[in-house]
Amino acid sequence: MRKTLERYKAHILVFLAVLGPGFITAMVDNDSGGIYTYSAAGAKYGYLPLWTLLPITVVLVITQEMCSRMGAVTGKGLSDLIREEFGLRITFLLMALLVLVNLTNVMTEFAGVASSLELFHISKYISVPLAAIGVWFLVVEGNYTGVEKVFLFASVIYITYIISGFLVRPDWKSAAINSVRPILMLDSGYIYMLIGMVGTTIAPWMQFYLQSAVVEKGVTAKDYAASRLEVTVGCIMTNVIAFFIIVACAGAIWRVAPKDIKDAADAAVGLKPFGQYAFLLFSAGLLNASVFAASILPLSTAYSVCEGLGFESGVNRRIREAPVFYFLYTMLIVVGAGVVLIPKFPLVKMILLSQVLNGVLLPLILIFMVILINKRELMGEWVNPRWFNWASWATVVIMIGLTLALTGMTLRTGGS
Amino acid sequence: MADNYLFFTELLSMPVLDLKGRRIGRVKDAALVPREHAARIDRFLVGGPETWLTLRFDQIRSIDLDRGIQLSDEQLLPYHDDEYMLRIGRDLLDQQIIDVTGRKVVRVTDVTMGVQHDGQRDILTVIEVDIGVRSMFRRLFQGVLPKHLVRRLQRRIPPNSIRWEFANVVEPDPLRRLRLNISYEKLEDMHPADLADIVEDLAPAEREAIFDSIDSEAAADALSEVEDPKMQASILEALEPEKAADIVEEMSPDEAADILSELEDETSEEILDEMDSAPKIEVQELLEFADDTAGGLMNTEYVVLHDNATVSDAMAALKGNEELLETLNTLFLIDEEEHLTAAIPLARLFLAGGDSRLKELASETLLQVTVDETQDRVSEYFDKYNLLTLPVVDDEGKLAGVITADDIISILRQK
Repeated sequence: MRKTLERYKAHILVFLAVLGPGFITAMVDNDSGGIYTYSAAGAKYGYLPLWTLLPITVVLVITQEMCSRMGAVTGKGLSDLIREEFGLRITFLLMALLVLVNLTNVMTEFAGVASSLELFHISKYISVPLAAIGVWFLVVEGNYTGVEKVFLFASVIYITYIISGFLVRPDWKSAAINSVRPILMLDSGYIYMLIGMVGTTIAPWMQFYLQSAVVEKGVTAKDYAASRLEVTVGCIMTNVIAFFIIVACAGAIWRVAPKDIKDAADAAVGLKPFGQYAFLLFSAGLLNASVFAASILPLSTAYSVCEGLGFESGVNRRIREAPVFYFLYTMLIVVGAGVVLIPKFPLVKMILLSQVLNGVLLPLILIFMVILINKRELMGEWVNPRWFNWASWATVVIMIGLTLALTGMTLRTGGS
Repeated sequence: MADNYLFFTELLSMPVLDLKGRRIGRVKDAALVPREHAARIDRFLVGGPETWLTLRFDQIRSIDLDRGIQLSDEQLLPYHDDEYMLRIGRDLLDQQIIDVTGRKVVRVTDVTMGVQHDGQRDILTVIEVDIGVRSMFRRLFQGVLPKHLVRRLQRRIPPNSIRWEFANVVEPDPLRRLRLNISYEKLEDMHPADLADIVEDLAPAEREAIFDSIDSEAAADALSEVEDPKMQASILEALEPEKAADIVEEMSPDEAADILSELEDETSEEILDEMDSAPKIEVQELLEFADDTAGGLMNTEYVVLHDNATVSDAMAALKGNEELLETLNTLFLIDEEEHLTAAIPLARLFLAGGDSRLKELASETLLQVTVDETQDRVSEYFDKYNLLTLPVVDDEGKLAGVITADDIISILRQK
């Protein structure tokens, strides 16, 4: 008995030791864009979209697991591996696209900072520059473990969504039923929303960030089992949060009158009738998510690009030692935050552009990932088992189909 | 040939022409055979109509950027086995290598080769490994723009290259390392802290390859400089227990004990079993103490003399402990019962006559801590009394070990 208890204790310790990368990556997935998508789904269609969360979780776990496995086994980042196996040209192309996509992503995060704080009557001309400076210093002045702790703390703040979900007293029974009962409607708006939910779930940068973070953390093939558990738990938590966002908006907005919302801040306002706390928690969650993602995106981009192209990288190097790294990192923050402050900047168009680029980049990266993880000279005994390969390729095909559909629809509605 | 250099990106897909000037195929890769020659391109792999062909360097008459490779002997063998070849395209391009002079890990983008005519044929030798933006430009535009234009345009970008002699290829597979004549001897002369930075940048398999093949002393020094205790442990764990034991024996006992305490019990037992008995006992004693106590911090390398010893005795003792001199700054005196009685700052010996008693040179107050004193208190002592060395005694007041300022600095840095 005591022995099992001790083994149990050892397992928990190993789990805590690897806690970080997978959990953080999964949580950042619910960035301001994600929160908007889920809020919009709940506000317009109520509890109906909840069933998608289950398959989304599965897809998310499959992709994230591959990245963390590659990181643990090879000890190299995804862009390192792509460079070593596919050469400079492909890497250069991917990295150029990644910088573009992530630049537009950073813009949406800072827009999220602006709109969440405008709910509290703080001008974006104050909030955005402050957030940008804060983000820059957090990473440049901190070290990896310190930054990881801040990020883990930020992950915990997502709990605000669970509380605000409870505060609006939604209809738990129909939430439960709809979570497991798929409903398809031939309504173009409904389909668009479903695709959007899946599409925002897996972003190209996540794959790079997760793998590098696993490597940086020093997770090896030996403690990989704990790492896989961590990734899985993180992905499940992400979708639990998504569940509560949808439920909160269904209970607060859709129940009164289904409507289209403009942005995530709009959803927070919709929660106001259910008490100041529901509103506060929802907007605080949005602010946290935006700042959180705004800290990780530029960093992860600069890392991936420098690793892949062979420039010096890392926050433990000085600016003179790693000029390209710091240039990219600073540029992403300055431009990303700067455009939000330009009056009449076509931000909505940029977000559409970001989704299109996302749609171009993600299929490529997923395909490279599955090819890489099947290389025995890289992965040894850790290559995909056959059944997992089927699942991986199926995931890739589904994701590519959905992303292309989303991109196509975005382009059509964006053009009209 | 006008220019006396050729880039590997230019060599790739260069046409290979037989004696009558007909094209046999295009160059797919080129390889060194390091056992034959360290820098000469020995084999060219040519994509023939059905299979790849192997072209030896002495079958070539001339190599020209515009006209391609002209042969003097067109009997090419099919390519099948490359065990002894270091293939530039596959094994070097886009891979990480160690820049020994620059002391860092870099990624290869292109390779610059010299072209020499020895009277009968053009011979290519690897001169430099190219890393920076200039070679990146070449890679991206080769085949897109005309070759000469690429050459002209790239000149505007400052070069960034490493001479081939100072580039160290990293190969995790020991058998292949032997066949390709790859050694890490150059790394042994680096400062241990630089070598530690380099291995921290590499992937685990490559890291272990380096520790496995450099001599134990250099390995021990570098391993002590690796900052992350978890990484230190995983390096030792990956090595054969005998090799790990050799490395641990070369480390100072306190550092050895620190690393071994990070390992799983089973592995550290295995390593201890392989160690010689003298260092093993020292390490085992230190392993008894908890990490965050004075006992866990101290090391057992110090010079101790009898209570009534003289300066000449001390000099003799120092001569017997020359390997400690670099870091030594205090001598200790003990009485018959091995109780610590005094600490002598080393510098005072210079000012004293040969037959003066050491006791008279002792520091006024004897500062000491017991083995179970906490790490925080110990650091406090160092700060408060501006110490370089602090003796540690056991419950009976017997000298057990010494804590030095560098131990305290690493604790403070880890916080």
